[in-house]
Amino acid sequence: MDKHIVVIGGGTAGMEAAGQLALAGFAVSLIEKEKDTGGHLNDWYKLFPDRRNSSEVKDYLDKKVSSKSIRILTETYIEKLNSNKDGFLLFTQDGTELKADAIVVATGFDLFKSSRKEEYGYGIYNNVITSKDLEKMFRKGKITMTDGNEPKTVGFVHCVGSRDEKVGNFYCSKLCCVTAVKQAIEVREHLPESKVFCFYMDMRMGGAYYEELYREAQEVWRVNFIRGKVSEASESINDKLVVKVEDTLAGRPLKIELDMIVLMAGMEMSEGGKKIAEQAGLQTGENRFFSPADHHYANNISDKKGIFYAGTCTAPMNITETISHARSAVSEVINYFNDKA
Amino acid sequence: MKIEGKKAIWSEYQKEIADDHYFYVRSCIRQNFFPGSEVAFLKIMREELNKDIYEHPCHTTCSGIGYHGDVVPVETAMTVVARQFAMMTEAGYRNYIPSCITSFGLYTEILETWHHFPEVEKRIREQLWKATKREFVVPENLAHASDVIYKFRKEIVAKGKYKLVNKNTGEPLKVVDHIGCHYAKMFPSKGIGGAEYPYVLAGMVEEWGGKVIDYPERRHCCGFGFRQYLIQANRGFSIACSKEKFESMQPFKPDMIITNCPGCPMFLDRWQYVINEMEGKRYGQDGEGIPVFTYEEVAGLILGYNPWDLGLQMHQTDCEPVLDKIGIEYDPEEKHNTSIYNKKVEVHSSVNV
Repeated sequence: MDKHIVVIGGGTAGMEAAGQLALAGFAVSLIEKEKDTGGHLNDWYKLFPDRRNSSEVKDYLDKKVSSKSIRILTETYIEKLNSNKDGFLLFTQDGTELKADAIVVATGFDLFKSSRKEEYGYGIYNNVITSKDLEKMFRKGKITMTDGNEPKTVGFVHCVGSRDEKVGNFYCSKLCCVTAVKQAIEVREHLPESKVFCFYMDMRMGGAYYEELYREAQEVWRVNFIRGKVSEASESINDKLVVKVEDTLAGRPLKIELDMIVLMAGMEMSEGGKKIAEQAGLQTGENRFFSPADHHYANNISDKKGIFYAGTCTAPMNITETISHARSAVSEVINYFNDKA
Repeated sequence: MKIEGKKAIWSEYQKEIADDHYFYVRSCIRQNFFPGSEVAFLKIMREELNKDIYEHPCHTTCSGIGYHGDVVPVETAMTVVARQFAMMTEAGYRNYIPSCITSFGLYTEILETWHHFPEVEKRIREQLWKATKREFVVPENLAHASDVIYKFRKEIVAKGKYKLVNKNTGEPLKVVDHIGCHYAKMFPSKGIGGAEYPYVLAGMVEEWGGKVIDYPERRHCCGFGFRQYLIQANRGFSIACSKEKFESMQPFKPDMIITNCPGCPMFLDRWQYVINEMEGKRYGQDGEGIPVFTYEEVAGLILGYNPWDLGLQMHQTDCEPVLDKIGIEYDPEEKHNTSIYNKKVEVHSSVNV
């Protein structure tokens, strides 16, 4: 097949889609704004629920995009996107022209900027970190506070930027709960003497083996799960973090001193995705992610002919779902050309 | 603590504050609590900063205290506020500065409501016309009086005689800044520095030589909380709130507290006396209480005003420890000379009620 497909975004969805498109006989250009492909996989150490190393998935995807039919353009982003009767003409920031017969948008998600939840003090109080910051520590093999000591008490704050009207995000990011459970276990593994608390609204364990992991966290690792939303964090005279939360099961307010707080940042439509939406005139939903033609049976199809969606640019999803979604996007691309023929 | 993080937030929450020609509205309760503060504000504006500031003798309560106490319906509050705006309009002013934080919160809430629901504004205009035959334009600029002092904080210290510095050690005084809840908690974008890390008082303290303390219960209510105090049965909760704050700030050894709300200095000041009477406990250094000031009082002290002209003798927690630390001259014998209250109050005539 002599068709050329441009895949925008070189994370999990983009790499999987590019690989599958190459297998189907298409010529592919994979556009990635960062130095390396892999997206958020590069920031995560181990994956839930089986806690395998993220590099194993990255290795799989690297092999997938090693096809000669795939041209990878890193540190590249789309400056302009035009459509015409033959397809699309894309211009990168350095003026390179890319002619495409179809486009797969795989611009993924950005982590919610935790500093927007000002009351939690990210960027203001020492030892308030995000889930991503903690993964970096896991990768280094050392969990330390700013003074170099290991924390004795760690609190995980769920739903930071998710299900939160105040920041304009009504939706659930779906994966922060299980990430918190995984990370809570890992903190206990690294620091067996530590006490770990998870402050949650309700636990959304909607994936294979998530519930089992949640149970393991409680029974084996003695992680304390407290149902209540953290209202604010502050710093005590001893440089400890003071967290206020309502324990809704005990029916009383709780004030607790912790050494470290981990904010479980939610997922938002990526900035790159927003630009593509604007350039191509693509429809976005109330949640600001791309809005597919139909959420039930046309989840990869956009409102513009020849443009398809893959992965978390349409909604929060885990890696398994992202890979499946990317594959189904390729099916839709194949159908598109078959219908045209 | 990373001060860069706070500075980043402060830079995001700035607002426009008019430069001159203000229509000033007093608080219902401040003149009873701390009678020197509003007088000092007017003196600073007129005599130190040479600003045109006008107050109308027929200005009434904004009814915010009743609105937040659940006894005044919002449309009634809006109509009362519309009347205040009408007086501003008739006087030829467009820059509205309330002395009270709850008034500021209420005015902000009403203007936002009218912005989003113009049909409500139309209805209120009709009600005001029926009741008083008055009309109004909405203020071009709404700022709290503490915003205005914040705006001119550099000019004040440039003219000042004292700084918030311990004269014996040369160290900055440690200051707790307490912001009234209705300043920015409802509309963070309307407060300097936002709601979580307000800068309006911190900016004054820093400029005037002091150092602000960030303590765990910084955001907590002073204890007034309207229904916490106004309903007698809840008063235990009121003092418990204040006590929680004192317990939290005490380890940081604050020299003083600065406030920008009518109720906050009242409760933080008076409840210290009550707690001492009940439990024999004081929260300041050397067995003293922690002196509590309004921002106008602090500005007046910086400018070298006589503490008793500022009304500091009305405080139940003695202010002398702070005066002594700064090195402010005062006559202890004059503390309870009430001649200040006999001064002639200038009242504007030609009133249309």
